[in-house]
Amino acid sequence: MSLTVKHLLGIKELTKEDIQTIFKTADNFKQVLQRPIKKVPSLRDTTIANVFFENSTRTKISFELAEKRLSADVVNFSASGSSVAKGETLIDTVNNILAMKVDMVVMRHSASGAPWFLAKHIDASIINAGDGVNEHPTQALLDAFSMREVHGDLKGKRVTIIGDILHSRVALSNIFCLTKLGAEVTVAGPPTLIPKHIQDLGVRVEYDVKKALEWCEIANVLRIQLERQNKPLFSTLREYSLYYGINRDMLDGLEKDITIMHPGPINRGVEINSDVADSDQSIILDQVENGVAIRMAVLYLLSGKRDLVE
Amino acid sequence: MKTLLNHKQLNITLQRLAHQLIENHLDFKDTVIIGIQPRGVLLSDRIAELVRGLTKQPNISYGKLDITFYRDDIHTGNDIHLPNKTDIEFSIEGKHVILIDDVLHTGRTIRSAMDALIDFGRPESVELLVLIDRIFSRELPIQPDYVGEAVDTIITQKVKVYWSEEDKKDEVVLID
Repeated sequence: MSLTVKHLLGIKELTKEDIQTIFKTADNFKQVLQRPIKKVPSLRDTTIANVFFENSTRTKISFELAEKRLSADVVNFSASGSSVAKGETLIDTVNNILAMKVDMVVMRHSASGAPWFLAKHIDASIINAGDGVNEHPTQALLDAFSMREVHGDLKGKRVTIIGDILHSRVALSNIFCLTKLGAEVTVAGPPTLIPKHIQDLGVRVEYDVKKALEWCEIANVLRIQLERQNKPLFSTLREYSLYYGINRDMLDGLEKDITIMHPGPINRGVEINSDVADSDQSIILDQVENGVAIRMAVLYLLSGKRDLVE
Repeated sequence: MKTLLNHKQLNITLQRLAHQLIENHLDFKDTVIIGIQPRGVLLSDRIAELVRGLTKQPNISYGKLDITFYRDDIHTGNDIHLPNKTDIEFSIEGKHVILIDDVLHTGRTIRSAMDALIDFGRPESVELLVLIDRIFSRELPIQPDYVGEAVDTIITQKVKVYWSEEDKKDEVVLID
């Protein structure tokens, strides 16, 4: 019993059973993380390279902690201050790291599809820690895992993803993951931030955030990614906050308490107000906690897939 | 296929093992029982119930230990093992631990179990109880303290323990 894939490139390539295997394994790792000794020796013979071509705090720390909790040896690489600045190609960079006998690569890259490209050229297992505006599979897994903790089986559950859908790899991976698990998904936000034809992925589109919140049981609020916007897609942050930001009054106006999530980093006062982000309805910090367990599960399950050096 | 223990023999053996434990640990004041997931737990469920009944101490500490993450064969080419639940709701610090598994073969599971156990604290002592001891097939220097039945087997044979809770019958068989 293990995963059907050798790499974790995107949720798109996983089966529903794969996702459930990851959840079941993560349940056990979550338990390990509650113990006085939060460490198991499973990957003590494995070396993992964290290759980050794009900035990250949460994901990088989370992966590194997961690797250390599994007793793996860890090397970190970030593009700034490396030979990438001297013009080295992606394959050359990674092959040089692999030549130092690394078994698995965790990679974040600003170009969409970079992990797929790399998977064609190297033997080690690759875990996508976010590629451009495409996928961020471990984030979607930890989001769905956190939803499952509060709401049980996600089949038939209603989830709204709010905000910058256009530039969000979290949104795309979440859509794939949630629809595979049988949840109903609505995306909501200003028309300029919702990609055309997204309905083809089996989601509803709503431009009125109030209505989208009334419909759902869980709201996953995304960050406005100003760094990815080349042209203005809304006039001001204040206007965005007024029409699409989630505030206390909005939640108090609903008939039921919905669960609030956010993948971080939060722009407080823009897509979400502090009185929502810090409320009892918010499971934002649980998401971060679950991230380590989910990443441990993914690393553990994929480590069995590596080609053994004879 | 050969029956090693039938339903009746199995029950007598379980009774004997429970009495042997009580002989050494009397009131179980500083002794805890820990079964190894997944199949050892079916045995330890029975043993714990018997010991609690015989000593009239319904609160004897009993936990379950999963050793999946401590195995030494994760990267030997076999399919990866999926974990089970570890359930130890008490401290093992300074306690006498009775570790329970159904079949003792190479000793590798017990090695993993001791590593896993020590992550929960420093027990005063650890003893091993097994239902079936496959003698002469050890790969590590590990010996049981309490044995239901010792059998001489060859590596290609399999010992299968059936429990009515899971398998609809109580029986131990040797499969060629």
